[in-house]
Amino acid sequence: MSRVIISAESLTKTYRLGVINHDTLRGEIRSWWARKRGLPDPTLKIGNSPSPRSRPTFNALEDITFDVKPGETVGFIGKNGAGKSTLLKILSRVAAPNKGRVRIRGRVSSLLEVGTGFHPELTGRENVYLNGAILGMTKDEIRRKFDEIVAFAEIAEFIDTPVKRYSSGMYIRLAFAVAAHLEPEILIVDEVLAVGDYEFQRKCLGKMKDVRTEGRTVLFVSHNMTAVNNLCVRSILLEKGKIVADGLSADVTRTYLGMSSTRTQSHWQFADPSDGRKRAYIREAFILDADNGSREAYELTQDLQIGLRYRLPEPIRGLTVGLQILSEENNETLISLTDSELDQSRLETREAGDYVAHIRVPARILNTGTYSLRVGLSRGRQEVFHVVEGLNFRIIDSVGIVMFIGFERKGSLLSLQLPWKVEKEPRLTAYPDAEAV
Amino acid sequence: MQSVNTKEADNDWTTVIDSIESRYLPDVRGVWRYRDLVALLVRRDSVASYKQTLLGPLWFVIQPLMTTIVFTIVFGRIASLPTDGLSPFLFYFGGVLCWQYFAANVNRTSDTLSANASIYSKVYFPRLVTPVSTVISNLIVFGIQFAVFVVVVCVFMFRGAPVRPSIFVILLPVLLLQVSACGIGVGLTISTLTTRYRDLNFMLGYALQLWMYTTPIVYPLSQVPEKWLWLIYLNPMTAAVQTFRYLLLGSGAPSISMIVYSAVVSTLVLGLGLALFTRVERTFMDTI
Repeated sequence: MSRVIISAESLTKTYRLGVINHDTLRGEIRSWWARKRGLPDPTLKIGNSPSPRSRPTFNALEDITFDVKPGETVGFIGKNGAGKSTLLKILSRVAAPNKGRVRIRGRVSSLLEVGTGFHPELTGRENVYLNGAILGMTKDEIRRKFDEIVAFAEIAEFIDTPVKRYSSGMYIRLAFAVAAHLEPEILIVDEVLAVGDYEFQRKCLGKMKDVRTEGRTVLFVSHNMTAVNNLCVRSILLEKGKIVADGLSADVTRTYLGMSSTRTQSHWQFADPSDGRKRAYIREAFILDADNGSREAYELTQDLQIGLRYRLPEPIRGLTVGLQILSEENNETLISLTDSELDQSRLETREAGDYVAHIRVPARILNTGTYSLRVGLSRGRQEVFHVVEGLNFRIIDSVGIVMFIGFERKGSLLSLQLPWKVEKEPRLTAYPDAEAV
Repeated sequence: MQSVNTKEADNDWTTVIDSIESRYLPDVRGVWRYRDLVALLVRRDSVASYKQTLLGPLWFVIQPLMTTIVFTIVFGRIASLPTDGLSPFLFYFGGVLCWQYFAANVNRTSDTLSANASIYSKVYFPRLVTPVSTVISNLIVFGIQFAVFVVVVCVFMFRGAPVRPSIFVILLPVLLLQVSACGIGVGLTISTLTTRYRDLNFMLGYALQLWMYTTPIVYPLSQVPEKWLWLIYLNPMTAAVQTFRYLLLGSGAPSISMIVYSAVVSTLVLGLGLALFTRVERTFMDTI
């Protein structure tokens, strides 16, 4: 049967840039009073346009049209800000489009809802029912699956304990168990949001495979091209809010990689979040050579410094800074670190303010080539404050230790130089066993 | 023929997500579909609010009782305000009960959008589910308080106090419906406005207090000076509180015109609140 299960027609989502509104009633009244008398608005900053209608707008999505058939697994790829998340928000009905419409057959569930509505004072049992109902299950449905959910979460003996006494692992297991038993017709998986938590990421991917083999529809958002290629037959590439490619994953991912690998940089700045509600955010990321200089490309034979500057608007407990270095070719994670791994005291409260965190990557670890950086701020496993990814940098070898040996590039991801110890054996018959045969 | 076909095809979609501009009516059917969630939220609110307290649900009763005792001492004993021939304690208790139910509805629906922003940003369910469940849990609290009130009234009657509940007391549910409507209407309106103007949060406490003093709770309507009467009559809660006392205690019968006016205003306020909420629930995630 070829009836479509999702039909999106010319979706457009527009955000207004700049100040969205006056934050206080007083400001609004003052500007209203001034307009009334034909005077310039006293609350406007110089250079801002006077009418709210003519403020610059930004199309997060522009005229997006696509159909999805039942049982299809579609990958959505694109750089940060390409509109992937906005599209998912519209499909899961969290944000409304400004133009166009989506029609859907069946229930949509996204794994980003894990633990939504959990109340710390309520017991595990009560939370399973509450969370299930928030996700759209009826009481009967939850009752039928309750035992299965508890078994999956492996917390049977604590099911009548308030969840505030749970460890974070138990908490996330229970939350995930509920989401996993929702059995939606359409499952949305946003890999970006599961950063830093491999256990969870693996579970998500596992769940996705299950859902797929049951013949249901999956929408998968990821930066991991290998995963997209493996899991999805079809992919849609978004750029600046538009669909630029829609077809076989192999073709679309190639297009995407061709797009992004051309640019490498060594310093990135990020705009502060405008809503002011973020608990922690990254302001800058940078790569420096051993002498604190920034370059177009970095030497294989020199140490490399990777760092980020972040801001905490308020004191925070349990913050971790995570960093991953991914190979550009197949997006596999090569190195993954958090700043609290070796020093647990970092999980103590950090005061509000600006911080800079950096690491030194010893020379001759990363082989020549292009790498991609992913940095993030999170707390525990549930709360991800800010993730920045797709920061590309290049390692070259102009001194030529690789060239010297006579190869263009060693056929390995790492360029580790481990010392060889070579000794002459005392006797010729080194393998007495071999003689016995 | 063509149009009929498209219409049929439309019908078997389970979800249609329209653009922001194309929705005006509150999603009442959605709330019904999610009635299990309503029930669970009500349960969560009432269970979670007294966990780890010593007195538990007793607090629901202590609150209006304390207010009534304070009013009895300050306004009854010290200021010696007349109470329409009723025992001051009953007079204040009746007014406080009715008012606190209204104020609780306003207060707790007024932060619907801001308090639930983190849930709303992750998962969809008809947003109206939250204020509806709030009102139901308020109604349960009111029910407990009302039971205590009835007991108190019976004790007073047994001891010969001049209390004559009206036969129209069977219409009490209608009155409660009206008070709820007015409360949700005001609450939802404030809720949509606070997504833009945070200052309203601070003003709300004072506004409610002022509102209470323009409602005949600590004084009887009969004692209001002629020149202020218009202000008191303008207040839709005047008739509600007055009716509540009349139905249960038999004093200060309100006029029909007052009741009609109050009902009409409450309906309009509810309509305004729902209209604003329906509009803003879909856009506020972009602005908050």
